[in-house]
Amino acid sequence: MAAGVAAWLPFARAAAIGWMPVANCPMPLAPADKNKRQDELIILNVSGRRFQTWRTTLERYPDTLLGSTEKEFFFNEDTKEYFFDRDPEVFRCVLNFYRTGKLHYPRYECISAYDDELAFYGILPEIIGDCCYEEYKDRKRENAERLMDDNDSENNQESLPSLSFRQTMWRAFENPHTSTLALVFYYVTGFFIAVSVITNVVETVPCGTVPGNKELPCGERYAVAFFCLDTACVMIFTVEYLLRLFAAPSRYRFIRSVMSIIDVVAIMPYYIGLVMTNNEDVSGAFVTLRVFRVFRIFKFSRHSQGLRILGYTLKSCASELGFLLFSLTMAIIIFATVMFYAEKGSSASKFTSIPASFWYTIVTMTTLGYGDMVPKTIAGKIFGSICSLSGVLVIALPVPVIVSNFSRIYHQNQRADKRRAQKKARLARIRVAKTGSSNAYLHSKRNGLLNEALELTGSPEDEHLTKTTSLIESQHHHLLHCLEKTTNHEFIDEQMFEQNCMESSMQNYPSTRSPSLSSHPGLTTSCCSRRSKKTTHLPNSNLPATRLRSMQELSTIHIQGSEQPSLTTSRSSLNLKADDGLRPNCKGSQITTAIISIPTPPALTPEGESRPPPSSPGSTTNIPPIGSNIVKVSAL
Amino acid sequence: MSGCRKRCKREILKFAQYLLRLLTGSLHPDSVEDEMEMATVRHRPEALELLEAQSKFTKKELQILYRGFKNECPSGVVNEETFKEIYSQFFPQGDSTTYAHFLFNAFDTDHNGSVSFEDFVMGLSILLRGTVQEKLNWAFNLYDINKDGYITKEEMLDIMKAIYDMMGKCTYPVLKEDAPRQHVETFFQKMDKNKDGVVTIDEFIESCQKDENIMRSMQLFENVI
Repeated sequence: MAAGVAAWLPFARAAAIGWMPVANCPMPLAPADKNKRQDELIILNVSGRRFQTWRTTLERYPDTLLGSTEKEFFFNEDTKEYFFDRDPEVFRCVLNFYRTGKLHYPRYECISAYDDELAFYGILPEIIGDCCYEEYKDRKRENAERLMDDNDSENNQESLPSLSFRQTMWRAFENPHTSTLALVFYYVTGFFIAVSVITNVVETVPCGTVPGNKELPCGERYAVAFFCLDTACVMIFTVEYLLRLFAAPSRYRFIRSVMSIIDVVAIMPYYIGLVMTNNEDVSGAFVTLRVFRVFRIFKFSRHSQGLRILGYTLKSCASELGFLLFSLTMAIIIFATVMFYAEKGSSASKFTSIPASFWYTIVTMTTLGYGDMVPKTIAGKIFGSICSLSGVLVIALPVPVIVSNFSRIYHQNQRADKRRAQKKARLARIRVAKTGSSNAYLHSKRNGLLNEALELTGSPEDEHLTKTTSLIESQHHHLLHCLEKTTNHEFIDEQMFEQNCMESSMQNYPSTRSPSLSSHPGLTTSCCSRRSKKTTHLPNSNLPATRLRSMQELSTIHIQGSEQPSLTTSRSSLNLKADDGLRPNCKGSQITTAIISIPTPPALTPEGESRPPPSSPGSTTNIPPIGSNIVKVSAL
Repeated sequence: MSGCRKRCKREILKFAQYLLRLLTGSLHPDSVEDEMEMATVRHRPEALELLEAQSKFTKKELQILYRGFKNECPSGVVNEETFKEIYSQFFPQGDSTTYAHFLFNAFDTDHNGSVSFEDFVMGLSILLRGTVQEKLNWAFNLYDINKDGYITKEEMLDIMKAIYDMMGKCTYPVLKEDAPRQHVETFFQKMDKNKDGVVTIDEFIESCQKDENIMRSMQLFENVI
């Protein structure tokens, strides 16, 4: 619960009076404010600068140094003040956190000094307010990267003989500068990529003629030489790929990566070519495959940082490019249609169909203007000029936008990811805080039960110290308790709720004669039964009611339709105090309860295990067989 | 017919103006963004002595109250949104906005949409230091949504639903659909003496005074401040 809101707790509790006339059950007692001290000023002396604040301000966060008794260690008896030998500048932020509930990060402060101070005062950095959180995280990340860089450079200098052969190989592949062998390998592969690309290009250059005036490309003239070159390159590439595959720490991930796909595509045509025979039918397809050899040029991207950056930015700009393409397509279709219908009338028109007009439109819009297709009619010329003008607009405009989007998107992407991660973290924090507070309530309930169980089973030596809850927390829990009483329902946590849902859906009531509890007319819920127990106990009337609600036991509620108060007999032996007259104010029908099971010994976890209740000795036999309807409903 | 012609002329004129602006490139005139000054309400409460005389709190208690109040609402007034936010912090499992709305209306005695410190103190003074009669009066005022002096079943049902909403989903036993309605029936059977379907203030106070539990629970929050 945000501590700033703790100031409103008295108001929320006062407003709870609004529930009182509506509630049918009596309310639990309020926790007493045992030591109600007058609020006093505390002097905090931080390296000579004196800060003063109220004691209650500091106590808003009891799990920090200043809010707990830990600060007593720093109390100076002579000067009656708390002395801290720390940075007063950062302390200003810390104290503001107590005052306002928001922790801010001052920009001029060093991140590690700030972290140290927060750790000293016991404050988690996660609660930094949203206004400063991004800055804080950025600085922290920079710092972490700097640390990592330092570590890396350290590592690179020292030799690590402990790495396995495979790991050294992988490191050699990824960072060629680590060892001479890696560098040699790097340059050799680069050279062979270049050779292969040049070979592919030169293969198609015509050199020399053959009798018959037919020009022969070099590839066919020196077929053997080119084939040998190609084989050598492919062998080198294959060996390299296999070595990388062997050395990769995660082979599956390596196979899926882009570079490995490029590698495979680069060498596949050769092998396919080897396998396939020189069949006429498939040679056409085979020739197509050779096109893929050009992908070898992409292998250069391992050698060039610039190519990688380009590839990455194209990827990140993909949506802008896609939009450009889309708008271009729209414009092309529009103008092609218009030109086609405009030129339909003219004879010998080249605009034979709309798809044929696409070519004209594209050439005109990109201001190429080959001149192989020209409009002849007047309308066609008018629309043609509009087309070329709009082409300039459509193409020229987005390009600078994309270029400037470039850096903007690049940075923005990074920041958007950061913000998304922070938002998730922020929501998670909020959720944790919420469940924390509701869990705190449920936890304290269980602790309360444990304590009574301990007391009632008469083992005082096992009294374990429950977590001491602050006064504010106990008051808040009391408030939630009152709400439970008003509505006759309890708070439980999610798992319990789902368990109950499942159980209730496959539960068959073990009732013999009477219908289920909910349909019994005029019967309020088990609240009144609790009330009956409550009136029999003195001040700590919290106890039996909560015990009844315990998840540790199956409590069976006996509901008697008779008029006689048969209280004494149907009371479990655990209620040692005599009753003082149960008032039947549940519309005439009386309700008595009997706990058939004894609460389990505290060694078991308080999580609700639905065990069949062990029969308590002797208490069940006390139930009188009064002839009227007895409805047995298991409360689980 | 003439009206139609006039309209046509006007439209054509507007279109011509639009074209002109389009051609000259002044389609978007610099829209003077009249920054509406966010009406920052600043409210200074009455003097301490006056409040002390009007309410039943001591000076020290008023000081503590005001410090907490001003800390949360530096402008000096609480509006309904803030009120709902604050109240929902106390009930994380359910939805307390409806009940907070009713509570806000009960505190906002002059119905001006915001709760000032005086309203706050007056309300708390009744709740924490008032007589049982005054407290019951306040509770009646809370239930009577339209402030007409009668609590009808519909009003009570709204209030009850709001209270049950605060419990949320994960309750034991499982919250049934008609639990609020049944609760309202119980309430009316207890309170509505002449069975006319509404509860007046006298019936309410009388019935509550007869119920020992209610009387006792009214004293529950004496020592809150």
